[in-house]
Amino acid sequence: MKVTVEQDRCVAAGQCAATAPDVFDQRDEDGVVVLLTDDPAAERADDARHAAAVCPALAIHIEE
Amino acid sequence: MSHAPTGAAPEAQVPEWPMPRAAGCPFDPPPGLRELTAEKPLAKVRIWDGSAHWIVTGHAAQRALLSDPRVSVDERLPGFPHWNEGMAAGLAYRPRSVFNSDAPEHSRYRRIMTGPFTFKRVEALRPTIQKITDDLIDKMLAGPNPADLVEALALPLPTLMISELLGVPYEDHEFFQEYASRGIAHNVSAEESGRNFMALNEYLVRLVEQKAAEPADDALSDIAARVTAGDLTVPEAAMMGTGLLIAGHETSANMIGLATVALLEHPDQLAVLRDTDDPKVVAGAVEELLRYLGIIHGGQRRIAKEDIEIGGELIRAGEGIVVELFSANRDADVFPEPDLLDLHRANARHHNAFGFGIHQCVGQQFARVELQVVYGTLFRRIPTLRLAKSLDEIVFKHDRLAYGVYSLPVTWG
Repeated sequence: MKVTVEQDRCVAAGQCAATAPDVFDQRDEDGVVVLLTDDPAAERADDARHAAAVCPALAIHIEE
Repeated sequence: MSHAPTGAAPEAQVPEWPMPRAAGCPFDPPPGLRELTAEKPLAKVRIWDGSAHWIVTGHAAQRALLSDPRVSVDERLPGFPHWNEGMAAGLAYRPRSVFNSDAPEHSRYRRIMTGPFTFKRVEALRPTIQKITDDLIDKMLAGPNPADLVEALALPLPTLMISELLGVPYEDHEFFQEYASRGIAHNVSAEESGRNFMALNEYLVRLVEQKAAEPADDALSDIAARVTAGDLTVPEAAMMGTGLLIAGHETSANMIGLATVALLEHPDQLAVLRDTDDPKVVAGAVEELLRYLGIIHGGQRRIAKEDIEIGGELIRAGEGIVVELFSANRDADVFPEPDLLDLHRANARHHNAFGFGIHQCVGQQFARVELQVVYGTLFRRIPTLRLAKSLDEIVFKHDRLAYGVYSLPVTWG
C-alpha cells in the first residue's frame, strides 16, 4: 500500500486523524493533514482506507 | 408520472419545499420527499419565493455534487436558492466567508478557523467537557424534578464550551442564544433578518476589536491577530466569529436534546450506552445518532456553474441545488434498514450529517467529543431518566433550519 495526501486540497476536517491516527496527523496551526507513514503496517491498512473514504476533500489517495 | 426530465415538468406540478414530516414520525424525513425521489436521487422543488430548484437526496449524488468544483456556494450568483427572504435580502451586508466562497478563496478563510478544531486539540478538551457535563447533571439532580433537559444540559454545555474556546463572555449567552436561534428560523423576513444580523455582528465586531487590542489565549484572539496582520477585515473576522458561535452551540444542543428523546423511545438502544464503558462503542453510537437524527434539515444551498449530468438528470448551469443531507443518511443503498436506529451499525460514520466536500463542518471533531461525553455520561449517571410528558406533547423544531426540541421535560428516580 502507498498512501499520498494533497495538502493543498485538505480542509482540516480532521476525519483522517480521527479514523487512522497512526497514519495521519494534523498541523497544529491550521489542521492541515500530515502524513506519518506512506506505507502503513497491515493492521493499520484498513484504517487508512477508511480515512480516504471519509475525507471530505478527497485529499487522500491509496495505491494498493 | 412520465420519465421526462423533471426540469421540463410544468411549473404547477413542482411541489413546495420544505415539506412536513409525518405526524407521529418526528425522526424520519418527510414522506412527500421520499415519494418524490423514490426513482431518482434528485427532483425539482419550489422554495419560498416560488422559484424551482433541484433537491438532491441520494447519498452518492450528494457526495458527487458537494465535492464537484462546478457546484458553487456563491450566494451572489443569480438564481441562487436562498434559505429565506432574510438571507436573500442580506446579500449586500454579508461579507465573504467560508459560507459563501468557493475554492481557492474558501481555503484562505477556512484555514484561519481550523486550528482550534484539530482532532488533538479537541481531544485535549475532553476532561473539561466531562467536568462541565458532570457539574450540570449534579445541578439538575439537586434541583426540581421534573426538569427541562434542554435548559439544564443540552444548551448550556455546548454554549459554555464554545464560549470558552472562542473567548466570548459566557454571561452574554442569553443575548447570543436568542439571536442565533431567531436567525435560523425557516421563514425570516428581510427586516428581522437584518436586525438579527446587525445585533450579532455589532457584538462580534466589538469583541474582535477588543481581542485585537488585548489578546487572550482563545480562538477569537487568533482571528483578531489576522486582522492586525492585514489578512482579514474586521467584518470578515466578525462573520467568522458569528458563524463559529452559532454553529458551535445550536447544533450540538439540538443533537443532545433530540438524541435523548430518540434514545428514551428506543430503550434497547439506550441500554447500549448505559451499559458500556468502551469509548469505541460510545463513539460508534454518536455516529449512528448523527446519521439517524438529521439535525441539519432543509437542505444545504448550492448553484451549478456549468451543466452537470447526475442521477439520470441534467442540472443546467445557473440552476439552484438544495442538498438535503438528512435524506442521504436514510439512503438504503448505503445504510441497510436505514430507518432503524442501530448504535452498532458498522458504517454509520459514512453519514452526511456534517456535509461533504470542502465545506464539511469545521467543528465536527469538537461536536463528536461533546456528544461522546454527554451520551456516555447522561444515561449511566441517571439510568431511570424518562420523559415527563408523552412524545406527542414534545414540541419539535419543524420551523427551524436546525431540527431538535424546544424543551425536554424529563424526570428520574
